[in-house]
Amino acid sequence: MGSRASSLLREEDIEEIKKQTGFSHSQITRLYSRFHSLDKGENGALSREDFQRIPELAINPLGDRIINAFFPEGEDQVNFRGFMRTLAHFRPVEDNEKNKDPTSGEPLNSRTNKLFFAFRLYDLDRDDKISRDELLQVLRMMVGVNISDEQLGSIADRTIQEADTNGDMCISFSEFTKVLEKVDVEQKMSIRFLH
Amino acid sequence: MESYLFPFDSLICMLLGISFTVWFTLLLVFIIVPAIFGVSFGIRRLYMKSLIKLFEVSLLVIDRCFVKHFDQIIEKNWFKMSLEQEIQDMRRGGAEPEFDMSDIFYFCRRGVESIVDDEVTKRFTAEELESWNLLTRSNYNFHHISTRLTALWGVGVLIRYGFLLPLRVTLAFTGVGLLVVLTSIVGLFPNGRMKNYLSDKVHLMCYRICVRALTAIITYHDSENKPKNGGICVANHTSPIDVIILASDGCYAMVGQVHGGLMGVIQRAMVKACPHIWFERSEVKDRHLVAKRLSDHVADKSKLPILIFPEGTCINNTSVMMFKKGSFEIGCTVYPVAIKYDPRFGDAFWNSSKFGMVNYLLHMMSSWAIVCSVWYLPPMSRMEGEDAVQFANRVKAAIARKGGLADLLWDGGLKRGKVKEVFKEEQQKLYSKVLVGSSEDGSSS
Repeated sequence: MGSRASSLLREEDIEEIKKQTGFSHSQITRLYSRFHSLDKGENGALSREDFQRIPELAINPLGDRIINAFFPEGEDQVNFRGFMRTLAHFRPVEDNEKNKDPTSGEPLNSRTNKLFFAFRLYDLDRDDKISRDELLQVLRMMVGVNISDEQLGSIADRTIQEADTNGDMCISFSEFTKVLEKVDVEQKMSIRFLH
Repeated sequence: MESYLFPFDSLICMLLGISFTVWFTLLLVFIIVPAIFGVSFGIRRLYMKSLIKLFEVSLLVIDRCFVKHFDQIIEKNWFKMSLEQEIQDMRRGGAEPEFDMSDIFYFCRRGVESIVDDEVTKRFTAEELESWNLLTRSNYNFHHISTRLTALWGVGVLIRYGFLLPLRVTLAFTGVGLLVVLTSIVGLFPNGRMKNYLSDKVHLMCYRICVRALTAIITYHDSENKPKNGGICVANHTSPIDVIILASDGCYAMVGQVHGGLMGVIQRAMVKACPHIWFERSEVKDRHLVAKRLSDHVADKSKLPILIFPEGTCINNTSVMMFKKGSFEIGCTVYPVAIKYDPRFGDAFWNSSKFGMVNYLLHMMSSWAIVCSVWYLPPMSRMEGEDAVQFANRVKAAIARKGGLADLLWDGGLKRGKVKEVFKEEQQKLYSKVLVGSSEDGSSS
């Protein structure tokens, strides 16, 4: 029997997700099909194994961290709402949204929120600071066995030195934002969803 | 006590008898005899044309009520820059730092892109259609649209399950039965030209009956490139039916594992008539043994060309995945064949993790038809300085191009297994080059 994916998604849910994330109706149904095809256990939620089954993600050096970003603190399952909330960070920032006065708080795909998503990839213990250890961990994940500990350590030290303004040997979110102020975050952390 | 004999009993028996006779005569005249001689009345093509008209009608109905997009979800750059280029591109510019905190964006974005749409996982489920072909199994997003369409679907069900399915099952049994019986008979002949000739004819006839059992409408292109003795025929793999499709147009030596049950009976019978290559389960692991048997077979020019599916597993016919290099190491001529099914009439892909063989055959025989095109590509040989893997990729690219399929480097084994760590290590190595390669001041630490 073919997957009757979109018949399990109610109109009210779609409307709510639309408001929260800014995706269009057809994008939401299309992403629901994708969610459903990843959900091998057919229980309406994705587990870490479901993500790891994607080969292109499994070979991504930061694959595990990215998967982690989808799961709320301490949980093992992510439902469709949570899935869409995380994906919403990668929506491109449209011009008319830049000028919109956000009465309902900042949209999920604002520059700040995109930067915060990336910050969270470094900041594993969620204490709002990237320590030297956390930076080293991420660097090690990205280079594998190809660079020695000392060299990696000096890279980490130099990065913290450049970014740290208040001398606490850690990078806070505001320091992180300052370092990346010239980078076109809106473009680099966006995926062009069609329709 | 006298048993009450209904006067109609004998009448019913007579009617049944007559209808069976008529049924079998029709079967014989319209299907079996043409199969023996390899001719066609053209009934199937007429059927196909009428089905196309039917689908066009249903498409109009659907379009009026419901618009469906089946395009890509995200826009991906087809011109993929290398990891190095993308990261250089992303950096703040100016003096080249060793590491930039924004490097993470690259991996992050690629990771989330692959979560939304990746090239591999969608190859292991049936292809989604743009419009409904009146089969429930492909009814993804079209719930009840209009009564007229549902009525049409209902009539379709009646025709498919009430008329087509019994007809096809009868034919299938006839075909398989004849294959077993006739090949065993041919096996009694002494080895020689007569035996080969008879064996070819018997195989062809039975496969043609099976083709009709599936209502398969096949178009063969470029038959001048058909595989010859002493070569290996490679093709992309979508379902077990691929074998029937190819073998009804030419004679091949099959390769496979020995099975038990009905499959085993068929295998044992077939090998009596002409040499096929069946491996025991334990022998399959031994690559040298496999290679030796294949090369021995190929070296004997009197034996038929071997038919191999190098992907090793069924893929959903939208792409061609990695070819295993075993068959390309043997060093003989390779005859590539591309098979492309038309998904409108019935989905031929066998999702072996979801459906068993019997379920699958049932699906096949209750679809409208199996329509496909077969292209025989010109023979290829390994070139100087080319190793087996490169040769395999070259053949794969040719097949993908001809059949209009995506050419992927990923292994079909990913259907069930995990991707190898070595690919992740490659990515890490590339990134390390970016970090270390750009450090000019050689900071010693």
